[in-house]
Amino acid sequence: MNLTVNGVAFDVDVEPSETLLHLLRRVGLKGVKNGCDNGDCGACAVLIDGRAVTSCDYPAPAAADTNILTVEGLGTEGELHPIQAAFLDAGGVQCGFCTPGMMISAYELLGRVQEPSDDEIREALRGNLCRCTGYVKPVEAVRIAAARLREAAGG
Amino acid sequence: MADRFVVVGQSERRVDGRALVTGKPVFAGDLDLPGMLHLAMLGSPHAHARITSISTERAEALEGVELVLTHLNTPAVRYTTAGQGHPEPSPYDARMFDPKVRFVGDRVAVAAATSKEIAQRALELIEVEYEPLTPVLSIDDALAEGAPIIHDEADASGIWDAEHNIAGVVEANVGDVDAAIESAFASVEFTGETQYAQHVPLEPHVSVAYLDDNGRLVLYTSTQVPFHVRRIIAHVLDIPARQIRVIKPRIGGGFGVKQEILIEDLVGLVTYRTGLPCKFEYTRAEEFSQSRTRHPMRVSVRLGADEDGHLIAVDMNALENTGAYGAHNLTVVSNAGSKTLPMYNKAPNVRFMAKGIYTNLPVGGAYRGYGATQGIFPLEVGIDMLAEKLGIDALELRRRNHIRSGETSPIFEELGEGRKGVPQTIGSCGLERCIDIGAERIGWSHKRSTRFREGPWVHGVGMSIHMQGSGIPAIDMAAATIKMNDDGSFNLLVGATDLGTGSDTVLAQMAAEVLGVTIDDIIVLSSDTDVTPFDVGAYASSTTYVSGSAVVRAATDVKSQITSVAAAMLRTGGDELELGDGRVIAKDGRSVTLADIALRSLYGVDQFQIGSTASFVGDVSPPPFLASFAEVAIDTETGELKIVDYVAAVDCGTAINPRLAEGQAEGALANGIGYALMEEMRFDKYGRMRNPDLGRYKIPAATDMPPMEVILVDTYEETGPMGAKSIAEIGINAPIPTLANAIYDAIGVRLTHPPFTSEKIWRAMQG
Repeated sequence: MNLTVNGVAFDVDVEPSETLLHLLRRVGLKGVKNGCDNGDCGACAVLIDGRAVTSCDYPAPAAADTNILTVEGLGTEGELHPIQAAFLDAGGVQCGFCTPGMMISAYELLGRVQEPSDDEIREALRGNLCRCTGYVKPVEAVRIAAARLREAAGG
Repeated sequence: MADRFVVVGQSERRVDGRALVTGKPVFAGDLDLPGMLHLAMLGSPHAHARITSISTERAEALEGVELVLTHLNTPAVRYTTAGQGHPEPSPYDARMFDPKVRFVGDRVAVAAATSKEIAQRALELIEVEYEPLTPVLSIDDALAEGAPIIHDEADASGIWDAEHNIAGVVEANVGDVDAAIESAFASVEFTGETQYAQHVPLEPHVSVAYLDDNGRLVLYTSTQVPFHVRRIIAHVLDIPARQIRVIKPRIGGGFGVKQEILIEDLVGLVTYRTGLPCKFEYTRAEEFSQSRTRHPMRVSVRLGADEDGHLIAVDMNALENTGAYGAHNLTVVSNAGSKTLPMYNKAPNVRFMAKGIYTNLPVGGAYRGYGATQGIFPLEVGIDMLAEKLGIDALELRRRNHIRSGETSPIFEELGEGRKGVPQTIGSCGLERCIDIGAERIGWSHKRSTRFREGPWVHGVGMSIHMQGSGIPAIDMAAATIKMNDDGSFNLLVGATDLGTGSDTVLAQMAAEVLGVTIDDIIVLSSDTDVTPFDVGAYASSTTYVSGSAVVRAATDVKSQITSVAAAMLRTGGDELELGDGRVIAKDGRSVTLADIALRSLYGVDQFQIGSTASFVGDVSPPPFLASFAEVAIDTETGELKIVDYVAAVDCGTAINPRLAEGQAEGALANGIGYALMEEMRFDKYGRMRNPDLGRYKIPAATDMPPMEVILVDTYEETGPMGAKSIAEIGINAPIPTLANAIYDAIGVRLTHPPFTSEKIWRAMQG
């Protein structure tokens, strides 16, 4: 089947029972994490055609002919996406295992809402469990990222 | 205090942050090797049974299966999975695979195959016959007359009294508690019983093993204790330690559960036997049932005071459920007293009695807070009760009794970790200011005892105070190596284990501070037993204090070597030189760059490698302190509880990196709030966990967290590196007693069994 991940076209064979998480990790996108196998923790979150899903319980075949965004598509080490930079500046990263999924949820939110309230940010991150931070600094990171993105858009 | 430093006290970005936010494959589970085998584990369906026969022939015959491990073909050596230093204080009551199983999920067999799916299919082909035994599912059942003996094996060692299911016993006694309570003007008694709970790191345990070019075994593993893994795996598998290399890459949280040696023996043995690389990662369900838990405890506290509110007696009695094996039982239950009782050091009569009890339930282990969480709950509720009885404000009663700078407690010496402790006098103590600042911020004086109402909601405020330690004194050792490179940068090699805490960053900041460079000039490599010097690992709130002290020593030595080279270059005395901005500067303003100094030392005259290795063992374990305050609102019709506001003021000495320090406290508080309000492993009558997934075992999500503020209260710990103490654990202890006291302030009911769910609150209100 064909799918596009982070702007790169893939032509891959998939088993009917394969999950999207398994497929993405198999092709080398290890930033997508498995924390629960069950769709409960959000560490495996990706965007499919702009919609956030948990890839661990999403059948790979159902992703045929879609556009997928993973953490690897946000920015590079040389040029971080404002969300990535904000997570570092705010101290929103501790162990970093939930961070890719959390940033994907943040990206989805900031695509919809330019100036989210803290409640909106918490709602957007609700599906991304984190055991390290208590969410104070990830929420702050999203707030900072939103402000920087607004500033950049405003010129 | 931070203004005396340049790099220390700054909220630098994490040194590993860029790799983490870009999703680089930096975790153990991200490593895939050609020809790698995958393991799957068969866990016991019984809580207590003997394996009478086991046949693996059909499984071994399955295409793709390389090896099946059971008790019949694995080492029978007894050990403990606890992952502690040598000699270990936990009993040697476990073996790789045991012909007797002691909890649901206990290891029965492991299959290694070319894919996880094949390994799982192989498990279904293993034929096992069990002789079920009566399961022991509570402390009371374990202690009952004629209870089944859980550890009846002859070759175990270090068990206190196996016949009566008692894994460990610890006692400490100062003065005459019974007589003092008898004669006290006021006395109270309270028993709190904490529940089974899990650490839930987002990354379950994962290990990869492979043989290097010389046939040595490499374990690439999510551990908090790489050096203990090497020592213990060498013992269990009977492989010389020199043949083993343990590497800890980034790990996805630990909180104590990755101190345990849970899967390294399996991947190690499979790779050693087959020569093939292999990987094992727990599923979330396995992480719940097979890894480790917080030890549930029933802790009773009796307190006596004179009419002025001076404590004259503190009596604590703890019964700990250690589950099927005794990992950490003695040391965790010791800390229920040793990390709480010294806080009330004015009482001349103090007694602590504790027992660790075996049951056929999941195994307790190290968990952030490490017994203090369980012990402080009844103690801080008891203090609240005493305040009420004496008619003294709860803050004031604590102020009259808590420990202060320059004071000591007999408990420091009487009670260590399963043995005598170490005497110590408190250096830094910001507890008075923590109480004042937190009380002001929460509005204590106008909110306490007012029972403010809004419709069915009634408000209350509660608080509690806390201490922990900074490493295990006279035991925990850490070392650091610093060497200078020819561009004036430095390699910092530490055995210390960053499990997401940011310790690599904090240690780099300390080195940069001493060497007068930026954090970008320090290249950190941690936790590789072939490359880095020894460190006990990340536990007991040790890294900033113990490992940090080793880093400061090594950096100070390197600095003096740099200065001596610079003195020759500048033709001046070494004592007239200062380091800063990547240069060595003489009093007259002349300077040389570190790069020039490095080039000269490596290529010029009198060549040598500028570098040093230094070690540190603490003589003392300076406690951080914390005052915790919460305002709650309770719906009197439904029992629903909302935390309106949560404030914690923390004294961790110098915060080397304030953002990371706040993050430690915030994360610990969130974990503690989960434990106080929602988290509980539940079991059926067969000892099977009823909620082994994150849909049913709820941990706090972003929307569950209340407004929460952490305030760092500045002190300077003279024995610590740049004035620092620990901060990672203390916060987790606070929510249970704080919320229990706030609930009482709101509705006048003392809850004894967390989690404090709406249902429990509602039932308690019905009387």
